[in-house]
Amino acid sequence: MTHADMCRPAPGERGVTTPGSVLIVGASAAGLSTAEALRRQGYEGRLTLLDAEPHLPYDRPPLSKQVLAGAWEPARAQLRGQAQLEALNAAFVRGEPAVAFDAAAREVHTSTGRAMRADAVVIATGLTPCRLPCQESRNGQNREDGQSGRDGQSGQSGRNGPAGVHVLRGLDDALTLRAHLTAARRLVVVGEGVLGGEVAATARGMGLDVTLAGLGSGILAGQLGEQVSALLTRTHAERGVVLRLGVAVAELTGADGRVTGVRLATGELLPADAVVVAIGSRPATGWLEGSGLALGDGVECDARCRAAEGVYAVGDVASWEHEGLGRRLRLENRTNATEQAQVVAANVLGADRAYTPIPYFWTDQYDIKIQAHGLLSAAAEVSIVEGGVEGGVEGDAEQRRFAAIYREGGQVTGVLGWNMPKQARLLRQQHLVTRPLASA
Amino acid sequence: MKVTIDEDKCCGAGSCVLLAPEVFDQREDDGIVILLDAEPGEDRHAVVREAAAVCPGAAIAVSE
Repeated sequence: MTHADMCRPAPGERGVTTPGSVLIVGASAAGLSTAEALRRQGYEGRLTLLDAEPHLPYDRPPLSKQVLAGAWEPARAQLRGQAQLEALNAAFVRGEPAVAFDAAAREVHTSTGRAMRADAVVIATGLTPCRLPCQESRNGQNREDGQSGRDGQSGQSGRNGPAGVHVLRGLDDALTLRAHLTAARRLVVVGEGVLGGEVAATARGMGLDVTLAGLGSGILAGQLGEQVSALLTRTHAERGVVLRLGVAVAELTGADGRVTGVRLATGELLPADAVVVAIGSRPATGWLEGSGLALGDGVECDARCRAAEGVYAVGDVASWEHEGLGRRLRLENRTNATEQAQVVAANVLGADRAYTPIPYFWTDQYDIKIQAHGLLSAAAEVSIVEGGVEGGVEGDAEQRRFAAIYREGGQVTGVLGWNMPKQARLLRQQHLVTRPLASA
Repeated sequence: MKVTIDEDKCCGAGSCVLLAPEVFDQREDDGIVILLDAEPGEDRHAVVREAAAVCPGAAIAVSE
């Protein structure tokens, strides 16, 4: 059975429960994909998308790369053209954040005081970037709080302490950061995850002096394991990034309201005229406090991505029971947004589909394209099955291409491509299967 | 149906190939999408629409 079969309601499966109106809160990749999937699956009722941002729906992965580098005009990151959006026959309400929700009544309250009710509500509000404790205390308020009314849906993620300190989540964040980096000399990136690595790589390409500081032992060590992380970390060093890993940030230093550096817990001061804080994100659920929904690590859903009767969650904000893995999962990646949207749309229309994806993410840093399918635990045993890494991590990492298999307890849990996207996808098809397809 | 691709937006995930291997492939060297059939037959329209929908790079466009 193909993924397509899995995501389309079977004949007769769609029943009497088809809603007369659907409201999607959040019009980024997950929300927009849900809207498109509803129409593609035959939904003809009223469809409304509510978003905190004024922008047309845009894609986020290019923000830390093509948009930040200036290689793309912001419009190039738009997810769909005007004609495609119009063909959706949906009402887009922009620049109006959701601030409260009543799950039992399926009623969303917005920043303007408006109440919007629908037969089905899909929550797709994504993430809010985390900030350093020293940022929070300087601001005297926690921006994650939904009472700010922006709650991660905004294109610009709020104040960050002294001027020159950035987070990167929305388009406006990216444009503000780009404007600053074109005038800055010394950037400190805090965080060694996907975003931190991509921003460091892009900023080196823009000619900045870059220092990357992070708690982990290597760039993406938590996501790729020690062996591949070591290669990636070394690539950054070869490209001139100064690395301070395995160390915490103590404080941001500033003068006249502008950032001047980052002080590490070791006492070392990293001078900076720009700082990017990329230490992870939290599900944007502040507006759902008191809604009646279970909020844990995100909106807690069942295996069908259902949070309550007629209420669903999709994308970065959704935590659901992955029946194939036998545990609760929340994925912060681009592919999940669109794949989960197919299942959510089917379930909104009365299907009964468990969502059992193979997790997948990619990251592009310098000339390296990394593809990660499945679960690549740091505890896994890694074997290179294509290409070569003779000499371990010696040699020029950027000329290297390889594909690897990750095993835990003898079972293949993930596959990885390092400049081998096609080979990684073939290994995925060979070694990883979604379970149980039978429930689809 | 006419399918167009934007190579510059392709991230090499291969989602399209997983769904519709008769219509899409990937280059060996960099994984960028190869369009095998720009005007697929009607029996493939639904799956090609889904491939366009789930493409994580929004690199596939379909016009009727």
